[in-house]
Amino acid sequence: MSSSEASKPDTGASPGTVPVVTPERVLAGISLLVPIVAMLWVSSYAKVAPEAGGMPFFYWYQLLWVPVSAVFTVAAYLLLQRDEKARRAAVQDGGQA
Amino acid sequence: MSHGVNVPALTIFILFFVLVTVMGFLASRWRRADNAQHLDEWGLGGRSFGTWVTWFLLGGDLYTAYTFVAVPALIYGVGAAGFFAVPYTIIAYPLVFLFLPRLWSVSRVHGYVTPADFVRGRYGSKGLSLAVALTGILATMPYIALQLVGIQAVLDVLGVGGGADSNWFVKDLPLFVAFAVLAAYTYSSGLRAPALIAFVKDTLVYIVIIVAVIYIPMRLGGYGHIFDSAAHKFSTVNPATGKPAGSLVTGENAQWTFATLALGSAMALFMYPHSVTGVLASKSRNTVRRNMAIMPAYSLMLGLLALLGFMAIAAGVGKGVKGYNAQLAVPQLFADMFPDWFTGVAFAAIGIGALVPAAIMSIAAANLFTRNVYKEFLKPDATAAQETQVAKFASLLVKVGALAFVLLMDKQFAINLQLLGGLWILQTFVSIVGGLFTRWFHRWALLAGWAVGMVYGTWEAYQVASPATKHFGGSSAAIPGIGEIGYIGLTAFVLNLLVSVVLTLVLRAVKAPDGVDETSRADYSAEAGDKALEDAPEPMAAH
Repeated sequence: MSSSEASKPDTGASPGTVPVVTPERVLAGISLLVPIVAMLWVSSYAKVAPEAGGMPFFYWYQLLWVPVSAVFTVAAYLLLQRDEKARRAAVQDGGQA
Repeated sequence: MSHGVNVPALTIFILFFVLVTVMGFLASRWRRADNAQHLDEWGLGGRSFGTWVTWFLLGGDLYTAYTFVAVPALIYGVGAAGFFAVPYTIIAYPLVFLFLPRLWSVSRVHGYVTPADFVRGRYGSKGLSLAVALTGILATMPYIALQLVGIQAVLDVLGVGGGADSNWFVKDLPLFVAFAVLAAYTYSSGLRAPALIAFVKDTLVYIVIIVAVIYIPMRLGGYGHIFDSAAHKFSTVNPATGKPAGSLVTGENAQWTFATLALGSAMALFMYPHSVTGVLASKSRNTVRRNMAIMPAYSLMLGLLALLGFMAIAAGVGKGVKGYNAQLAVPQLFADMFPDWFTGVAFAAIGIGALVPAAIMSIAAANLFTRNVYKEFLKPDATAAQETQVAKFASLLVKVGALAFVLLMDKQFAINLQLLGGLWILQTFVSIVGGLFTRWFHRWALLAGWAVGMVYGTWEAYQVASPATKHFGGSSAAIPGIGEIGYIGLTAFVLNLLVSVVLTLVLRAVKAPDGVDETSRADYSAEAGDKALEDAPEPMAAH
């Protein structure tokens, strides 16, 4: 059987009112990407100085990113909540198309 | 190591153990549903867990006793390289935030219990589903076995488990008892048992770590002194290898290894069946999303815990002992630093920290066997009650297997296999995550990509030598074409992806038959309370 995706009615997308790419979705994507890029860029933090309370930069910087990453994820969560609310509203306005 | 039994610590340890045993059995009455014979009940806790229960459950599930012992042990041994666990857990949650809600939704609509169920429904391929299921079981078994290593480390330091002169039965008796009890309440209560016990485990772990990172540095003369001792240790050249044992900060040539290990491990984390079980047990799509935002609390704890490896160095644990078992470093540090009663609390945290994941892992493996081997190939017309019965029995078998593994085989073998497990499970990423977003990949191409990734990764890992062993000496090797050292699992994943893409192009060109996709686009964004969900077929009637 060939591509069932195409043959089935596209019930997920709203009838024309909310595009696939919205500012909320883009911002959410960026929020999620920031911690990933920051952590993979190892050379930006592989150093001893400046120390904090006797702890080398390498360690306290990464530990600091744990709560910071959580803030970014919360931002993505709130953005997507908004986006989904708009989509649901659009589907209802569209009169069960 | 002290030779006598640490009685106050042992008493506290046993008290906590009895407490969680009682909780484990009582858990079967917690939020009990009417259709208790359904696999959703035993194997997924009725898909009813809210944000906080899921948070404790996932925390108890992912941050295992072995993690508590092995991460600081690695830091103790090699320094900075062991700290990759922190960026790994930082990367993991934003990454899985993208696809886990989709997996939850489609699984809820179609009643999928395992990741292999999803693959079966999405691609209509029994073969690919079996590959995903067997990879999951294979990766989970040694992981369960390693939880025992965590308990063993604690028992050793407590002074029970006997010395070298006691016979094997006396030595391993406490382990037998712990595992028999675990098996019994998992059998009777299913996923509800670890979910309830996770509250105790995580609370204990938080208390112990917070106390440890404040109290131990006070006794050792502050973090400055701790890092100075570590720097001193890692700058000393080991006469055997002619190189220092480790480093305080990742060197220039180790940065690729550090980053690829973090990324590859983060991608693998939620491919493990026990992680998926924790996610599918939550009651809504938003519960899953919220948890990705609050899970980092555990990552912070893991990061602080990792620092205990340096504290063990500063405290002189194992100093001058030839061939000291680094796995004992943190339990020994606790025993040396804390008053006896608090050592008991700390050891209870590690011990219970082994029981919770071991229970969830055995449930996840049992679900895989039941759904994707038993029901798929052996008895397609099995009723829900029969499935539950088979899953319960399989969970027992899995645990007995893990126990035999640890007792009969070399412990190093379990550690090697767990290393391989991460690499193997990562090879299911293309099928599962790819499938959550697109139906473009061809099922045969995915199967071929999986096979190539598995063979390449295993072969490369086999060839890695270290001063201690000739094979499986580590998880990183040269990346072909880049010339840097990187995580083998990630290299194998890239190869897997390439094969999948190229073969899909070929198979689509020759119009190879595509499997039936039983999902539709709306299924991937369904939320609890949606009309689509209310109209959904009874879970388990999916196929």
